[in-house]
Amino acid sequence: MKEIDYAVPKSVSETVSLLAEKGNQARCLAGGTDLLVQLRGGRRSVELVVDIKEVPEANHLSYDPQKGLEIGSAVPCYRIYQDEAIANAYPGLIDAAAMIGGIQIQGRASLGGNLCNAAPSADGIPPLIVLESTCVIAGPNGTREMPVEDFCTAPGRNAMQDNEFLVSLRIPSPKQRQGANYLRFIPRNEMDIAVAGVGSSVVLSADKNSIESARISLASVAPTPLFVKEAGDALAGKAITEEAIEAAAQAAMAAAKPITDMRGTIRQRRHLVGVLTRRTLQGAIERAKEA
Amino acid sequence: MPGKVHVQSNINGEDTDFLCEPRQSLLEVLRDVLSLTGTKEGCNDGNCGACTVIMDGRIVDSCCVLGVEAQGKQLTTIEGIASADGLHPIQQAFLENASLQCGICTPGFIVAVKALLDREPKPTEQRVRHWLAGNLCRCTGYDKIVRAVLDASEKIQASPR
Repeated sequence: MKEIDYAVPKSVSETVSLLAEKGNQARCLAGGTDLLVQLRGGRRSVELVVDIKEVPEANHLSYDPQKGLEIGSAVPCYRIYQDEAIANAYPGLIDAAAMIGGIQIQGRASLGGNLCNAAPSADGIPPLIVLESTCVIAGPNGTREMPVEDFCTAPGRNAMQDNEFLVSLRIPSPKQRQGANYLRFIPRNEMDIAVAGVGSSVVLSADKNSIESARISLASVAPTPLFVKEAGDALAGKAITEEAIEAAAQAAMAAAKPITDMRGTIRQRRHLVGVLTRRTLQGAIERAKEA
Repeated sequence: MPGKVHVQSNINGEDTDFLCEPRQSLLEVLRDVLSLTGTKEGCNDGNCGACTVIMDGRIVDSCCVLGVEAQGKQLTTIEGIASADGLHPIQQAFLENASLQCGICTPGFIVAVKALLDREPKPTEQRVRHWLAGNLCRCTGYDKIVRAVLDASEKIQASPR
């Protein structure tokens, strides 16, 4: 690795000043499981690494049934899935938090980092999108919020300026009769990059026989994680039937723009989007019935 | 040019001061600065778990941690597993079950297993396999390793130290 400087700011404003000073020559460090590997491999080069783990807002994790969930951008995955109240309220998010890497990676890697790294295959992003999460971004003019589905702009690129950083993620309180589920396809049991991934969330009607609203998001089948609004909208107001679920799966397959690479082909990935959309919708509906 | 940074950690129960460059990984610091060469370098990118250490109670890949991040942290490496009385029951079980061949992955496995059994003394086989998904072995396959973990779990239950 090339020589770097290392800073450990204690506040949001100190972090923003450091980033403003160094421009694109600075990068925030949370769990380091992407950044340190990229720096060592020469895929990224910076002069300053800004460790944000001592910024209180970036290390903060709180859940309030009224206000929702706030996850500091540097909070490692294990803290999310070890918290019983959070695990019970957001099983669809835990699907991903407990799936990224192995136990070693989950001890360091954060959902915020997973988002900022903006890999098309990031498992953490579709569940955040279907749960209507927002990014809290700090910069020289204060903070701004942005829906997670607008954050990734290209492989490895996000909507933040060089002088901004992701402070936290806000996830609204679970609605009544809401359920979510994330699944990915990999050739191994664990520790692999998704060939395709799908997150689904549904809100059921009071009698639990029909779907009030739904959101569906895809991983690994486009240059960025995709929010497929039309696939969720296809379910709104519909009775829970195989036909309704199939219509959503067809819409998701139509929206996918996969490529053929070492992990999978276009045809296989499109097929997987259909399978995983059906399965995650079933999973989300089951969870919504119990919620 | 960035200078060296003074870092204070507790490593295997001993307060330890060291100097390192910000770019050095914790793995490099352990091996090259502190001569704790029991921790192995495998892939150096967070895939294989050969460099697993325990940091503040959690296993991490030390190749994906900067040495400077160890400031104020409590670390356990493979050198901290055996006691003056002899091998830890996990190490003994690895020997008795022939759970190693070349041995490069072994320190990472043993440290990861130590963290598991400290937390969950009686894991199921499935739990053991899941916990160890981040540790790769290219020699023995995993059955003998998993057998050793279950064996160690029983022996620790039978005679807690």
